[in-house]
Amino acid sequence: MQIARDVLLQSYRAMRTIRVFEERLHVEFATGEIPGFVHLYCGEEASAVGVCAHLSENDTIASTHRGHGHCIAKGVDVGGMMAEIYGRQTGVCRGKGGSMHIADLSKGMLGANGIVGGGPPLICGAALSHKTLKDNGVAVAFYGDGASNEGFTLESLNLATVWKLPAVFVVEDNGYGEATGSSYACAGTQKDRAAGFGMKYLECDGTDFFSVYETAGEAIAHARSGKGPVMLHVHLSRWYGHFEGDAMTYRAAGEVAREKETRDCLNIFRDKVTQTSLLDPTALDDIDHAVDDEVESAVQAAKAAPWPEDKALMADVYVSY
Amino acid sequence: MAQTLVALTMPKFGLAMTEGKLASWTVDVGQATKQGDELADIETSKITSGYESPAAGVLRRQVAQAGETLPVGALIGVLADADATEAELDAFITKFQEEQAPQAESDTAEGPSSAPHPVEVAGYTLNVREVGSGEGLPLLLVHGFGGDIGNWLLTQDSLAKNRKVIAFDLPGHGASSKNVQDGSLAGLAKVVASLLDALGVSKAHVMGHSLGGGVALTVLRDAPEKVASLTLIAPATIGTHVNADFITGFTEAERNRAVQHELEKLVYNKALIGRKMVDAVVRARRLDGARDALRTIASACFDNDRQRDALLPVLEKTDIPVEVIWGQEDAILSADAAKTLPDKVEVHVLAESGHLPQMEKAADVNKIVEEFLEKSEK
Amino acid sequence: MSKKSFRQAINEALRQEMRRDPHVVLMGEDIAGGQGGTSGVTDAWGGVLGVTKGLYTEFGPERVLDTPISEAAYIGAAAGAAATGLRPVAELMFVDFIGSCLDQVLNQAAKFRYMFGGKARTPMVIRAMYGAGFNAAAQHSQSLYPLFTHIPGLKVVIPSSPYEAKGLLIEAIRDDDPVIFLENKVMYDDEEDVPDEAYTIPFGEANLTREGQDVTIVAIGRMVGMANEAADRLEKQGITCTVIDPRTTSPLDEQTILECVAETGRLVVVDESSPRCNMACDISALVAEQAFHTLKAPIKRVVPPHTPVPFSTPLEKLYMPSADKIEAAVKSLMKQHTHEVA
Repeated sequence: MQIARDVLLQSYRAMRTIRVFEERLHVEFATGEIPGFVHLYCGEEASAVGVCAHLSENDTIASTHRGHGHCIAKGVDVGGMMAEIYGRQTGVCRGKGGSMHIADLSKGMLGANGIVGGGPPLICGAALSHKTLKDNGVAVAFYGDGASNEGFTLESLNLATVWKLPAVFVVEDNGYGEATGSSYACAGTQKDRAAGFGMKYLECDGTDFFSVYETAGEAIAHARSGKGPVMLHVHLSRWYGHFEGDAMTYRAAGEVAREKETRDCLNIFRDKVTQTSLLDPTALDDIDHAVDDEVESAVQAAKAAPWPEDKALMADVYVSY
Repeated sequence: MAQTLVALTMPKFGLAMTEGKLASWTVDVGQATKQGDELADIETSKITSGYESPAAGVLRRQVAQAGETLPVGALIGVLADADATEAELDAFITKFQEEQAPQAESDTAEGPSSAPHPVEVAGYTLNVREVGSGEGLPLLLVHGFGGDIGNWLLTQDSLAKNRKVIAFDLPGHGASSKNVQDGSLAGLAKVVASLLDALGVSKAHVMGHSLGGGVALTVLRDAPEKVASLTLIAPATIGTHVNADFITGFTEAERNRAVQHELEKLVYNKALIGRKMVDAVVRARRLDGARDALRTIASACFDNDRQRDALLPVLEKTDIPVEVIWGQEDAILSADAAKTLPDKVEVHVLAESGHLPQMEKAADVNKIVEEFLEKSEK
Repeated sequence: MSKKSFRQAINEALRQEMRRDPHVVLMGEDIAGGQGGTSGVTDAWGGVLGVTKGLYTEFGPERVLDTPISEAAYIGAAAGAAATGLRPVAELMFVDFIGSCLDQVLNQAAKFRYMFGGKARTPMVIRAMYGAGFNAAAQHSQSLYPLFTHIPGLKVVIPSSPYEAKGLLIEAIRDDDPVIFLENKVMYDDEEDVPDEAYTIPFGEANLTREGQDVTIVAIGRMVGMANEAADRLEKQGITCTVIDPRTTSPLDEQTILECVAETGRLVVVDESSPRCNMACDISALVAEQAFHTLKAPIKRVVPPHTPVPFSTPLEKLYMPSADKIEAAVKSLMKQHTHEVA
C-alpha cells in the first residue's frame, strides 16, 4: 500500500505526541498535581492514528474514558487538552470536563466518555446526521472489549445496520476490561457478534500502523460509500493500568515489559519506514524533539494557567434558561 | 297568571362566540329593571360587555351563577312580573330547559356566509368577515395597531341592517399574513385598496379606528375615488403624539398580567378588560411573526412618542363627508387633537370613554355612525 | 382556529416544524409502523396512540425513522444527532421506558453543554406519555417528571391542554437544549380551540388559569383541569382560588408561584407523581423557604400514596388525585386556624 510521505510524517508525529503526552501524564500524576483520574493510551497509539488518518474534520468520532489518543489523532489542540486535564480555564472544555470529557465538536470530536459504551449510540446519531445532511461524512465509535458487552453497544450495532448508517465501530481490544480479562468477560468472538448483525467485519494488528491504516481505510471507505456500518476489531496492548495508580496485580510478571519490547507501535513504525527507506531516521528524530518541546510547553502553560472563575460554575448548563 | 315571563339567555356577541362567562350580575333578585338596563356582565374573548335587559320586569331568578361559563342561548335568568308565583317560575324554567335547550346558531340573523374567510390580496392572505346586504354603499372597517376584526364585535352586525359591512384583519394582525413589508401606512393603505378591488367594491364608506384611521386617511389620499365617506374613531395622524409606553408595552408584553396592564390603558372602565380578552391578546401575540409585525409597524409609524405621519391636510382638502369620534379619556391618542379638525368635520367626543369607544360606548357609536351614513347617502 | 384534540395539536406542531425546518427528524418505535410487515402498509400506526399518524406519508423514511425496540440506541442516537446538526424529536412511547435508556439522557444529552465548556448544543426533544388513569398499571403509568427535573441540563415540559401542547412543543423543537416533553395519555382526546398557525409558548412562564383571593393551587399537567374543576365548585361556595399551571418544571416559574402565594396566603400543590421528592415537595420547599411569612395556613399537598400505580379501576381511582380531593384540601385550609399577617 502506497502512503504519501506527508501522511507518514503526520501519523508518526501524532503517535509520538500521544506517547509523550501520556508518559508525561504518568509522571505528573504521581506528583499529585493532576486532579481526578486519568486513563492512559500508551501502547495503543497506532489504532487511533491509523483510523483517524482517513478522517477529516467533517467526520465525527466518539471516544472512551481512555480518550487522549483519539483526541490528539483527531486534531484536538494539545495545549488545550493538557490545560483541561489540569482543570484550568484555558482547557478545551474550560476546565469543566477534565480528562474523561475532552471534546471539540469543531474538530468532529464528540467527546471522550466516562460511561463505558456511551459512544456507540451517539455515533449512530452522528452517522444519521451525516446521512441526512448528505455531507459525505462518516462517524466512528471507538470502544473497548469491555464496552463490547454493554447492551447499548449491541443495540447500536443493530440500529446502525437497520438504518444502514455510515458508521464504523472500532473495538480496541486490549485484553482487559478494567481488571478483568476479556477471555473471561467476552463470550464468543467480536467477529461472530458482527456476523450476528450481518455487519461487515475487519480486523487488524493494532501495534502496526500499516495494518491499522490499510484495514481502517477499507472499513471507512465501505461506510462512506453508503454500504452500511463496519466493525473494525483492533488487537492491541495496554501498557499502564486501567487508571493511574492501578498496580496491575492482575497481569503476569513481565507481561507488560514483553509487550513494550516486542509490540511497541513506534518502534515497529520506525523500523518499517527506515528499512524500506520511506523516511529518513533524522526526520523522525526531528519530530521526536519537536514533540518533546510541544508537550513540555503544554505542561508548563497548563500549570501556569488560571483556574476557572467562580462565575463559570453557573455558566453553560443550558443554551438559554 | 302572570303574562310576562321572559327567559334571559346567554347572548351572542358576533359570530365567533359560542359560549360566554357570566362575570357578575349587576341586578339583584327582586330588583325591577327597564328594557335596556344592564342586568349582568358577560365576559368573552373580546371584551367584557353588559347584558341589557330585553324587557321591563323584575329579575326573579338568577339561574346561572357568577363565574359560570355557558353556551350561547343557555338560560341564565328569568324576568317576570312581581306577582308571578314561584311555581310559575319553576314551571317556566323546567319547560325552557326541556324544550329550548341552547340552539346556538339557528335563531341568529347571521347566515353562514358571515363567517370569516381568507381572501388572497396582492400577495397577502387576509382574514375577511362580510355581513349584511342592502341598498346602502358597503362599509369597510379598518382596525388599529395590534387589533383585529374582534374590535368590531359590537359594531359590525349593528351597522349591517341596510348594507354590507366588511371587517378584516390588517396584514400582521389576527388571522391574516404576518408579513407587513415596510409596515408603513402607505403600504397598508395599498392593501386596503386592493382588498376593495378583490371584493368587487368600487366605492365604500370607510371607518378606521386608531392607526386604522391613519390607514383610512391614507386610502383617501392615495385612492380618493374609492372612499364615499370617512368615519375616524380616535384616529392616528391627526395629533402629533402617541403614548409610546403603551406602544412598546403592548408590543413586548408577554405575560397575562403585563398585557392586562397595557390593555387597561385602552379603556375608561378598567372592568371591561376581562381575563378572556387578555388571554386572546396574549395568544395572538404568540403566533409566528405577530410580534415582529407589530414592531415593524410601530417603528414605521412612530418615532418614540411622535407620529411620523400628519394627515390633517388630507381632511382639509377633501369634499367627502367626514366624522370623527373620540373618547374624552383616550390615553393613547389624546382627544385634544379633535380640536384641530376643520369645521366641516362632524366631531363627537364621548364622555367616560377611552381609546375604544366603539366597544366601550357601542350603542352611542353605532347610533352616531348609522345617522352619519344615512346623511352621507342623501 | 378550530377545535383540535391534544393528539391533533401535537401532530400539527410536529408537521409544521418539519415543514419549516428540514433538520427536524422524528424517531421512535412504530411512529410510522408497518416497516417490514407483510401487508406492505407503511404508516400503519403513527405511534401506539396515533399521534404521529400521517407524518411518514408526508415526510418519508428519511425524516420519520422507525426504530427497533432499542431505547438506548435511538435515544442515544438522538443525542448524537442533535450534537452534530440535526434537531431530532424522539418518541419514547411510555416514559416508564426511560429505565432502558436513562444513561443517554442523564449522562450524555444533559451533560454535553456543561461538560464540554459551553461548546456543544443538543437541540433534541424526547416525547413520552405519562400518567395514571388508563388502567396501564405500574410499568406504564408513572409520572416521572421529578426525575428529569432533578437533572441539570434538561428542560421539562408538561402541557395541560391541546392549546398548551402545540405551543409548547413548537417551542421545545426550536429550543437548543434537550427537552423532555411529557404527554398525559388520558388527555389525547381532550379538545379545545387551537390556532392553525404555528405559535410558541415560552418556557418558565407559568399560566394562571384563574385568579382568586383565598387559595393558590399549583397543579401540573392533567391536574390543572382537576384543579379548575375544584375551583369552579369552590367558587360557588364562596372560596376563590388562583390556579397556577407551571407548564415547565424546569425551568420553574418561581416568581409567579411566590407572588400568588403572597396574594392568597394559602397553597395547595397538586402533583400526580409519587410523593417523595416530587414537584409538590419542591414547590413546598420553595414557598416555605422564601414566602413562609406570607402563609396563613400550612401548605397542603394533594399527591398519590407512595406505592406503584395499581391496575384495578377502584384502586387506581383511590390512588389518583381528583377534583374531590383538591376541593377537600382547599376547604381544610380555609378551616385551619389562621393568624393575621402583619
